[in-house]
Amino acid sequence: MLSSLATVLFDGFAYGMLLFLLSVGLSVTLGMMNFVNLAHCSFAMVGGYATVTMVSKFGWSFFATLPMAFLAGAAVALLLEKLLFKKLYRASDLDQCLLTIGIVFVSIATFAWFYTTEQQSVPAPFPRDQPISFLGMSFGRYRAFLIVAGLAITGVLILLLEKTRFGAQVRAAVDNQRMARGLGIDVDRAFMFTFALGGGLAGLGGALSIEVVGLDPSFALAFLVYVLIVVAVGGLGSIGGSFAAAVVLGISDMAGKYYFPWLGAFVIYLVMVALLMWRPAGLFGKR
Amino acid sequence: MASADAHFREKVRWHPLEIAFWLCTLLPFVVTPNYLSLASQIAITALFALSLDLILGYAGIVSLGHAAFFGVGAYAAGLLAKHYWGEPLAGLVVAAVAAGIVGYATSHIVVRFRHLALIMLTMGLGLLLHEAANSASGLTGGADGLQGVRVGSLFGFRFDMFGRTAYAYSLAVLFLCFLVCRRIIHSPFGLALRGIRENATRMPAIGAPSLAHLRKAYTIAAVMAGIAGALLTHTTSTVSLETLSFGRSADVLVILILGGAGRLYGGIIGAIIYMVARDQFSGINPQYWYFWIGLLLVAVVMFLPNGILGGLGALYKKSK
Repeated sequence: MLSSLATVLFDGFAYGMLLFLLSVGLSVTLGMMNFVNLAHCSFAMVGGYATVTMVSKFGWSFFATLPMAFLAGAAVALLLEKLLFKKLYRASDLDQCLLTIGIVFVSIATFAWFYTTEQQSVPAPFPRDQPISFLGMSFGRYRAFLIVAGLAITGVLILLLEKTRFGAQVRAAVDNQRMARGLGIDVDRAFMFTFALGGGLAGLGGALSIEVVGLDPSFALAFLVYVLIVVAVGGLGSIGGSFAAAVVLGISDMAGKYYFPWLGAFVIYLVMVALLMWRPAGLFGKR
Repeated sequence: MASADAHFREKVRWHPLEIAFWLCTLLPFVVTPNYLSLASQIAITALFALSLDLILGYAGIVSLGHAAFFGVGAYAAGLLAKHYWGEPLAGLVVAAVAAGIVGYATSHIVVRFRHLALIMLTMGLGLLLHEAANSASGLTGGADGLQGVRVGSLFGFRFDMFGRTAYAYSLAVLFLCFLVCRRIIHSPFGLALRGIRENATRMPAIGAPSLAHLRKAYTIAAVMAGIAGALLTHTTSTVSLETLSFGRSADVLVILILGGAGRLYGGIIGAIIYMVARDQFSGINPQYWYFWIGLLLVAVVMFLPNGILGGLGALYKKSK
């Protein structure tokens, strides 16, 4: 019982790290500009396919491709921001939804065209995956890596946001965009960087999740639900909130699958509904 | 008071374009008799989108879980036809009542929230219902869907493979529901809903109870979505789990925004364009129709903001 509990907590935490990487960018950009970007998981898919291509076509090692997955996600995010999204910051939410859903559809079909709809995989990053033994319980190496990487990235993000000039601009824009503009902060530029950073993190999350959930073109829609849940439960524009929400949802999803497999995804939805009824603005949200 | 009366009277009058539009809906019988089953699917989707328009376009409730009511209606009609009574009209009534009960029950939760929390709660409730139907496979047939639904004849006309009866039936129900919607929109209640959409805290001050009005509108929309679901059951003789899915909720939202929300005809136009485009594109290349639909959506947002009807309306005003 105790060891199964530890496994659930460990695997759930690792899964939560993935959800955090996939959703933190959306949370911050949604909080900054109120731009509803449903195509966020398409950026993750770009990162995932970049990794698959480099590993299977060019024989790179899995870890060497991770920075490339980040760059690919960031580049696509930047491109779309410049080309399309920029024109719609002041459009209605509904138009933004329609545009970004359109992009999701296009991305799904494009990846299906180039990579077929079959599930892609990469060779195991730790070939002889000996579980780490600790106090008589065993943990998977890849999941341990996910947790370490997730915590490190969270730390860097918090430092970036709390200690740098750029971070101060972003926080000001999230709190009150008009006031920030009035103080001479170039919100559009800060937003562009944040958007690229968020897209990059999503790309990284997409690459890291191949080993856990696989990758096929439906990823952009399948994970959208989870990402939206994390964003809503965590509260807009809050890194700590996204982190907490991702961990809570990751662990409750794992616990649900482990202890009540007949309920399917029921548990995670129930947790979300309960949390949102308790705190409509999210765990750490102000609005 | 006379001026208010005149205002509503003016609004209720039928525009010649509207009459022409409804006459055009009869064309498929003559012009494209091979596509009548598609036409009936379009009519059903249009009714579904119309019901969403009532809460999204007029009351400002953005829902990503509207398929819950569609699915409840579809399953209610399917279970009735399978176990007790195959007569379609009774199925419509039962589906409407079942969806209405679920809608009224959930409306107490839904109307208290705004913005992202509202969207996520509607989505969460829809997903919960989907999972519940999936688990209760003894009742619903689970992932295989409900098999063995036997739909009786309608006034002596049977539902055949050509879809003549199916289209006539779906179109008639769509038109009747449209009349009800039109009446609601142009009533003082409809005006109050739009007021709530614009400012939910100010409306109670002039005597319109926000939450009660929103609950009413949400229940009516649920009833109509349930009727649409029942139509699907009757015209296809099966119920699949997909009727409750997130994909269907998202589709109908896309269809409504594509046509133009808050314009009564937006959902219908959106359904026609989306479904015909999907049918044609998947005919060309079944695997990649998503690409062209996606491109269509992007193009509409870029060139016709506020949906096709909204964009065309703005262009028309500019040209005058």
